[in-house]
Amino acid sequence: MQQNPSSSEPIVSLRDVQKSFGPLRVLDGVSFAVERGEVLALIGRSGSGKSTALRCIDRFEKVDGGEIVVCGHRVDRPDVDLRALRQDVGIVFQSYNLFPHLTIEQNITLAPCAVKGMATSQARDLARKVLAQVGLEEKLHAYPEQLSGGQQQRAAIARSLAMQPKVMLFDEVTSALDPELTAEVLKVIEQLAADGMTMVMVTHEMGFAKGIADRIVFMHRGKVHETGPASILTSPATPELTQFVGTGNLKS
Amino acid sequence: MSLQLDFPAVLERWPNFLAGAALTLELAAFATVLGALFGTLAAVGRGARSPLIAGACKVYVETIRNTPLLVQIFLVYFGLASLGLKFSAFTVAVAALTINVGAYTAEIMRAGFEAIPRGQIEAAEGLALSRLQIYWHIILLPAIEKVYPALTSQFVLLMLASSVCSQISAEELTAVANYIQSDTYRAFETYIIVAVLYVILSLVMRAGFWGLGLVLFPRRRRLGTPL
Repeated sequence: MQQNPSSSEPIVSLRDVQKSFGPLRVLDGVSFAVERGEVLALIGRSGSGKSTALRCIDRFEKVDGGEIVVCGHRVDRPDVDLRALRQDVGIVFQSYNLFPHLTIEQNITLAPCAVKGMATSQARDLARKVLAQVGLEEKLHAYPEQLSGGQQQRAAIARSLAMQPKVMLFDEVTSALDPELTAEVLKVIEQLAADGMTMVMVTHEMGFAKGIADRIVFMHRGKVHETGPASILTSPATPELTQFVGTGNLKS
Repeated sequence: MSLQLDFPAVLERWPNFLAGAALTLELAAFATVLGALFGTLAAVGRGARSPLIAGACKVYVETIRNTPLLVQIFLVYFGLASLGLKFSAFTVAVAALTINVGAYTAEIMRAGFEAIPRGQIEAAEGLALSRLQIYWHIILLPAIEKVYPALTSQFVLLMLASSVCSQISAEELTAVANYIQSDTYRAFETYIIVAVLYVILSLVMRAGFWGLGLVLFPRRRRLGTPL
């Protein structure tokens, strides 16, 4: 894991990041950093900029200003090597986005084979391993549509894990799931955290954020409004966070 | 007024009919394969970042879609001839039909590409796949599956339209019919037989595409559901 010249550098750091969609200022000077092995939860109302901030880390959005460094890649620069960046960063989306025409095994082996040049047999072993990690070994040869939403999301996590990323991004990965399926996905993420994976997650599951996150970043109107350990959820310093967690968001 | 049909007089020329039908099928097969490749490239080209490539593909598609096939065939036929290049009527016919069906394929494939959800492409980008790999592994097959009925109809239409190649003396089914009816003076019978043969050729092609679909879309074969 000694990829960075200095291992004390954060895996992800955003400094004064600016981003507008047309006249709408979505990120207005956002700064935060994620250390190795840390779990950071981005919370806030819809439209507060948390998903945009997450997507900027993997350069699904180009920033207008500020600096983003991810695993040593200068993501804010136009000449960033996107494919190198995305080999270091895994991302899981709200809508799973499994490839419908491929089996779960093919979904998982595609990138290791195509991007890293891994041998097929080795990639298949890897697929078994990461599927076991998310508890889906028996779905190896199923197609995505044969899986429940929760299983699809776990398979999407496994697909990301197969690229052995240094940091995982989760973009509201349980928002499309009912409470029962949410629980099975969150269990997988908890296990990842326990294994020491560095993670940034946008989530509306306040109870989960409280239980798993080392640090909370509360975003409000495109800015980091309040940040701190998970305890800020129970004793917030600002009226905005108080109101946010007070409006029934904090299920424990 | 009485209608007298004499099929035996025409049917004794069955080897000529068969040869014509075979050539029509051959023309259609070549033009379908080449046109599918060419048209798919043009569809990819229309989405290119370079405005020059995207523009060129658009001009190609629109020009072909707004001119008659017969005129296109003559343009290729006389165009190559006036350049001093000599090709067989068959080669010219394949080239013209390829250019023609390529344009329609490009439009159909573009619709297929546009039907792929943005999230699919983002997921592939997130896995560090290159643009080309994304087209090849993620977009192409689902796009083809989405437009497969439209695409295969277009190829059957092409086979039927290849009858105008009789105008440049390619010895396909319609050209053969023209000779036979002028030999036998049995025009109605001749074209009835030709029509039946075209129906059979269409059915053969549709069966072929059905079989190809089974190979191309294994998920559909197993689950029976469209994407």
